[in-house]
Amino acid sequence: MSVFSDFDFNIIARSLPYLFREGMTFTLTLTAIATIGGVLLGTLIAMARLSSLPVLPAIAASYVNVMRALPLVLVIFLFYFLMPYIGQWILHTDRPITVGALSSTIITFTLFEAAYFSEIMRAGIQSIPRGQVAAGYAIGLTYSQMMRYVVLPQAFRNMLPVIFTQMIVLFQDTSLVYVLSITDFLGAASKVGQRDGRLTEMYVFAAVVYFIISLTASTLVKRLQARIAIAR
Amino acid sequence: MPMISIRNINKWYGAHFQALKDCTTSVEAGEVVVVCGPSGSGKSTLIKTINALEPIQGGEIVVDGVEVTSPKTNLPKLRARVGMVFQHFELFPHLRITDNLCLGQQKVLGRSREEAMAKAMSLLERVGLKDHAEKYPGQLSGGQQQRVAIARALVMDPVCMLFDEPTSALDPEMINEVLDVMVELAKEGMTMMVVTHEMGFARKVAHRVIFMDSGEIVEDALKEEFFAHPRSERARLFLSKILQH
Repeated sequence: MSVFSDFDFNIIARSLPYLFREGMTFTLTLTAIATIGGVLLGTLIAMARLSSLPVLPAIAASYVNVMRALPLVLVIFLFYFLMPYIGQWILHTDRPITVGALSSTIITFTLFEAAYFSEIMRAGIQSIPRGQVAAGYAIGLTYSQMMRYVVLPQAFRNMLPVIFTQMIVLFQDTSLVYVLSITDFLGAASKVGQRDGRLTEMYVFAAVVYFIISLTASTLVKRLQARIAIAR
Repeated sequence: MPMISIRNINKWYGAHFQALKDCTTSVEAGEVVVVCGPSGSGKSTLIKTINALEPIQGGEIVVDGVEVTSPKTNLPKLRARVGMVFQHFELFPHLRITDNLCLGQQKVLGRSREEAMAKAMSLLERVGLKDHAEKYPGQLSGGQQQRVAIARALVMDPVCMLFDEPTSALDPEMINEVLDVMVELAKEGMTMMVVTHEMGFARKVAHRVIFMDSGEIVEDALKEEFFAHPRSERARLFLSKILQH
């Protein structure tokens, strides 16, 4: 009798469509949206931090510091409960607005990740030699044109491996949405496991899937890194 | 009215180090002026104040009738009319040679892609690099990159050109291909201000030589006069060091 004889691995096969069509789709969608939104917002925060205007750098730095000082689970809860009131305040409605768990998580992850991506983009922008900035200005570009056509494309390219690495971390962190009972991949696995009393099987399977995806992705990032190093 | 006029400019780095001390000079249209002097003498700083890449704390600079130092001046517009070539080329490494040459034309001058490309190709032909148009800067030698950088400045139809030690980062065998382009440009009547140690270039095409030391313009003389009878001891010393080989 093997140690696994008590386990029922058929449950995995039976629940595959649900796990991937519902759960993984959500996980990947949230990862993609939060990465794109986070990089865009993070780039703006990084530019604010590096700007020579008064106040702006301090505001940007505070934002980053606050976000990085709070645990993600707490931020997820906080935003979920606070957002209806923030919405009420912004839109001047009579009562707190309804923000679904889904929109709430998307906004939360984007805002939270922006703090991390802004640090990556800040390093990227600072890695571009001053001479490139001077050359951009010298042909008559304005600050925003110079950033858009000269500095940011190079900064983004240099930082691409780090951005992808952060994206892999984010992919794993999306599992925290279970606190709002959202059906992401881990949430789907949990629900099936709880329904059929097969939590161990489902968690083992979920672990294998997370492991394979993360490992494959980070191997691809390493290859990308090597290619960028050659191109430079 | 001179093309470039610099009057009593002062520049400090921090509170204690004065990079430029009361510098005054001017460059007439069509004139070629070479700026030389020991390293750290402020010659690169001086040339970068002309298109406001380096801000100054006192004095006045006027380029082609536009007051550079006035807060009302549209700096991007002014800079588009002043070509600049850097010591380390500073081509945009993520863009093809053609895109390096088209960026300013399209985004600043508002030329169409076709117009910009035609202009880019004609200037690449002029600097002898037409065959490299679709390459990236990293695929070219230093001398080729610097010739592209000159072309990138020229596609904007500048009223004058500033060169900041254009050959000092180059391997010796590549210096001449860059100087040849500059000599040709000078002969065509381009107004040029050139920071360089290439005294052969100065003798060949310069009209005037400015000698700087410790942030001051020590000597500002016609070329013949400067090489034959440098007035200051510092210039004599500098020339003896640089010309002894």
